[in-house]
Amino acid sequence: MIDIDSMTCGYGSREVLREVSLRVAPGEMVGVLGPNGSGKSTLLLAMSGLLPPWQGSVRLAGQDLTGWTARGRAQRIAAVPQRAEASFPFRCLSVVLMGRYAHTSGWGEEGPEDLEIALTAMEETATLHLARRMINAVSGGEAQMVMIARALAQQTDVVLLDEATASLDVAHKIAIFDLLKEKNRQGATLLCVMHDLNLAALYCRRLIFLKEGRVALDGPTEATFTARNLSEVYETEIQVSRHPVTGSPQAHFVPGGGAGAAAGAPAGASESVGRAH
Amino acid sequence: MDKESEAIIPALPSGGARARDSNPGRREVIREEGRRARRFAWLLAGLSAAAVASVFLACLIGRLPIPAAEAGRSLLAAVGLGAGPANATWGEVIVDLRLSRIVLALLVGMELAVAGVTFQGILRNPLADPFTLGVSTGAAVGASAAIFLGLGAGTFLGLGLLPLAGLGGALAALAAVIALGRVGGRLRRDTMVLAGIVVATFLAAVISLLKSLDEESVSSIVFWVMGSFQGRSWSHVLFSLPYGLTGMALVGWHARELDLLALGDRQARQMGVEVDRVRLRLLVGASLLTAAAVSVSGVIGFVGLVVPHLVRLLLGGEHRPLLVLAGLLGGLALLWSDVLARVILPGGEELPVGVVTALLGGPFFCLLLKRRREEESW
Repeated sequence: MIDIDSMTCGYGSREVLREVSLRVAPGEMVGVLGPNGSGKSTLLLAMSGLLPPWQGSVRLAGQDLTGWTARGRAQRIAAVPQRAEASFPFRCLSVVLMGRYAHTSGWGEEGPEDLEIALTAMEETATLHLARRMINAVSGGEAQMVMIARALAQQTDVVLLDEATASLDVAHKIAIFDLLKEKNRQGATLLCVMHDLNLAALYCRRLIFLKEGRVALDGPTEATFTARNLSEVYETEIQVSRHPVTGSPQAHFVPGGGAGAAAGAPAGASESVGRAH
Repeated sequence: MDKESEAIIPALPSGGARARDSNPGRREVIREEGRRARRFAWLLAGLSAAAVASVFLACLIGRLPIPAAEAGRSLLAAVGLGAGPANATWGEVIVDLRLSRIVLALLVGMELAVAGVTFQGILRNPLADPFTLGVSTGAAVGASAAIFLGLGAGTFLGLGLLPLAGLGGALAALAAVIALGRVGGRLRRDTMVLAGIVVATFLAAVISLLKSLDEESVSSIVFWVMGSFQGRSWSHVLFSLPYGLTGMALVGWHARELDLLALGDRQARQMGVEVDRVRLRLLVGASLLTAAAVSVSGVIGFVGLVVPHLVRLLLGGEHRPLLVLAGLLGGLALLWSDVLARVILPGGEELPVGVVTALLGGPFFCLLLKRRREEESW
């Protein structure tokens, strides 16, 4: 579906990602993890075609993404931002209908068919009751659900989520990821940039860890989500145990195990923190 | 776990038509959409009727008293119906003096309001409008310079030189604002609003300089700086109309994109908008509208600011209905402001219409701001 081949990219003259190579197959649900500034959001921007690579290539369905029109890309790839951020008061239904833009032509007038698709997306995300409310007047969790409805209304093969649940409470996080998992089961390819390690381990079958602009780890959750790997990537002591219900690996953070406290850290941890060249 | 998640997210619809129709929430939303469309149609019809009625009523107001029936006959004769009024002078006063000025005020009001909505949408800033971006002041500088150089009475292609000088000034000021607002090849919206304020302040100083250098032209410059329709004729309408129509067509073509752009460039791109190309077209459209308005009227503030703000409060931010209704309301507002400017002073003296819009618009805008803040704080 998406093939990234030794891609280097960044903003202005600042290089953010260096020689990143990865491929996402149809029907995958991938979590992208890594410390702040490791290039997670930049990777999503490159994947949605907004940030042309300096070197290497990003291909969608075998074709270089730089050759696609914005409309063509938007028919294949949808994105959910971290927050809604509308400068003007729009009704939630109108925001969801914006997802139909790439499928309309001419003056951008949506037809009854587009309204049906938008309403179905709102039903799926349990946001139908918000249709008439203004997007800037609903709660953060509700607004995020509306943004996901918009991405669903876009009817794409791929949905990219950029820390879409980072600012939400636990119930909303679980509700959104349950829905995403269901959509994934129905065939959607999902790529989720996440901060919440445990949420990623609960829902994603494959994890990609970025560190300092490179892919540090890429593989099945069971293989990558280990105490040693996590401690190395995040430079703080992290232990892993099993989830009591699902059996997924879950991370536990250890007080005093941060990089600043490395001098007093136990031998095993300080070894993994060291940046071996 | 599965049961819990179902409690938060209702079961997915089976996709069949029966499942769709059986959902009362869905039918209710569709009905509400229909009601919204009808409400918009009624508002549009009401405002259009008000515009027609206003044009007629405004024709009756003036120094020379003309009976309503005769005025009606003059207007009908102007569109080729009937024999015209009993007194030929009445016909000339109604059609050539009053109607031309009324139509011009309506047109300029529309242009200013639509330009305001567009600038606010592109820059994602509710304070952007032709006046705050310095474009109106640019037109005033162009016209003032022409007056200062003694070209005020000159003509070109049958039209006074002042509109042309104003057009040049408006476009030059906008070019300066865009040049200042560009950082690293990209238009920065916050920088552009700041650049507008800087350019407007600088140009206002230039006008003051011109005024103090030439005492004789002060009064005609003042009428440009404060905006006025005094002495305007059909040739001004014809001058403004092509730019105005082109601008409205460009903006109307990309009205839905204005909605998507309001969510930010990144999201707009991800939803399929060719952001740079669309924004350039919208910018050209809004600039043409502004130039069309200010080159024939001078600096008229608040119409491009207050009218979009009011309509947005009533209807929400969606740009397609907003552009249409703000345009009509802007035209009506300026038409009646100009009538006030004509008659408010005793003894037949005229007030610059920009004084009226500022006197009415300023306090009204404060009221809107205050109401909005109360709504938000709740």
